[in-house]
Amino acid sequence: MENKQTALGHIGFSIFAWIVGLLIFFPIFWMVLTSFKTELEAVSIPPSFMSFDWTLENYAEVQARSDYFRFAMNSVILSVGSTLVGLLFAVPCAWAMAFNPTKRTKDALLWMLSTKMMPPVGVLVPIYLVFRDWGLLDTRFGLIMVLFLMNLPIMVWMLYTYFKEIPSDILEAARMDGATLPKEIIFVLLPMAVPGIASTMLLNIILAWNEAFWTLNLTTADAAPLTAFIASYSSPEGLFWAKLSAASTMAVAPILIIGWFSQKQLVRGLTFGAVK
Amino acid sequence: MSTRSSTLTGRIMSAPSIIALFLWMIVPLGMTIYFSFLRYNLLSPGMEEWVGTLNYEFFLTDPAFFASLANTLLLVGSVLVITVVGGVLLGLMLDQPIFGRGILRLLVIAPFFIMPTVNALVWKNLLMHPVSGMFAWIANSLGFQSIDWFSEAPLTAIIIMVSWQWLPFAVLILLTALQSLDRDQKEAAQMDGAGPVSIFFYITLPHLSRAITVVVLIETIFLLTVFAEIFVTTGGGPGLATTNIAFLVYTQALLQYDIGGASAGGIVAVVLANIVAIFLIRLIGKNLDR
Repeated sequence: MENKQTALGHIGFSIFAWIVGLLIFFPIFWMVLTSFKTELEAVSIPPSFMSFDWTLENYAEVQARSDYFRFAMNSVILSVGSTLVGLLFAVPCAWAMAFNPTKRTKDALLWMLSTKMMPPVGVLVPIYLVFRDWGLLDTRFGLIMVLFLMNLPIMVWMLYTYFKEIPSDILEAARMDGATLPKEIIFVLLPMAVPGIASTMLLNIILAWNEAFWTLNLTTADAAPLTAFIASYSSPEGLFWAKLSAASTMAVAPILIIGWFSQKQLVRGLTFGAVK
Repeated sequence: MSTRSSTLTGRIMSAPSIIALFLWMIVPLGMTIYFSFLRYNLLSPGMEEWVGTLNYEFFLTDPAFFASLANTLLLVGSVLVITVVGGVLLGLMLDQPIFGRGILRLLVIAPFFIMPTVNALVWKNLLMHPVSGMFAWIANSLGFQSIDWFSEAPLTAIIIMVSWQWLPFAVLILLTALQSLDRDQKEAAQMDGAGPVSIFFYITLPHLSRAITVVVLIETIFLLTVFAEIFVTTGGGPGLATTNIAFLVYTQALLQYDIGGASAGGIVAVVLANIVAIFLIRLIGKNLDR
């Protein structure tokens, strides 16, 4: 009797939870659905949920009209590029902090994290002027540098926490066997740290892909990634909701998939270990 | 085995990152401080002159500053309340046994991965549009007048969009914290006859306090400089209704070319963020010692 009641309560609670969850997800669902409608159906009242003529036209149109893939390529180049440059800087730094700590390591780490807390508007003016004077505005190189530096503290921090979990005896054993420092890092440390490095990279790709302060302020056309491309749909002339939805769906789909796989790392990276 | 040579190697290995961050943050910050004492307009190059604290006086006495400061505080405060309360409730919900909990959790977390410009335009057009939006249709079919969000309640609209984006962040972190809660403690309290409400207030909430602090501090730092959502939906308007400090600095620098004034504004934003950052850094530092 009591069991039956808890089972019913369990089902009821599950239904309630799913309704809440679906409501939160609704804007994304609606965006994807709208991307398959014609422009006319996209703005029709009452809105059509399933009974419309599904079309892929918008996806073709977005590409044909505005060269979507150029922006998508920029997003890929900027996010992957800044992540790879970041690894080159962050791996040695995290190695030093994890295996050769000094008295000041903790301060250095905290100082790095504190730079992440600086609001970007505080340095917008000089960065903009320097970019203008050096001809870096609207270049992929310039933006890769900005995104890499923006995420460097998080990368060092995450790699540091992963490296800390690797017993230093193994590295010392390799050193005893005559491995040089680069060899020690490349052939001993990195293979053991692959999962940690992979999740660090994923989180950084997500953050760089979605970054929308510097990408909006420092690009106009050539280096503009998807954040800036989508922003161009905000112009008031003509409402192209179906095309906006198609472009948006393509812009968020890859990162949504990566994000779903790296939820745990997200907590680790974004809270700087303050929550476990 | 921290010999002198390994200490040296450590320094050499960490130097590139530290130097890079120094060049990226401290040097430009110094330049911003310097510019903030200059009369410096991009439209009249070569006319820069030292004006002392005049930019600060202008910026801090500008009505636009107070409007944007109020908007910033209102935006940050409201989003914090919504995401923390919502995050605790959703965290508790997702901590229960539910059919398909893994998938449900993915759905709830998804908004965090949506880029800000997409978030803003989907909400503005597909949901909040006064004629063809989803909300207007729901309001009309229930017999209410639809709201023209971006002219009648523009800041509320921004708050809703930003909350939707940051709610998953709070859920993720609070859920992580909830899952580390000791089950035995809860069961012991249940045996002693404690109801769910007192368990929540005397066991769960104290356990979550640290995670909540972290959520508040980290969100504050990011929310102080919300930019893209305003940039693509309202452009700070109507009037100054949705201009926050970050957006005000942007308009002064890149639209009015007033480098001196914008720099002073930027420094004000940095000071505001630092008040929060000091607490956060202390908290992280304490955790590093453990």
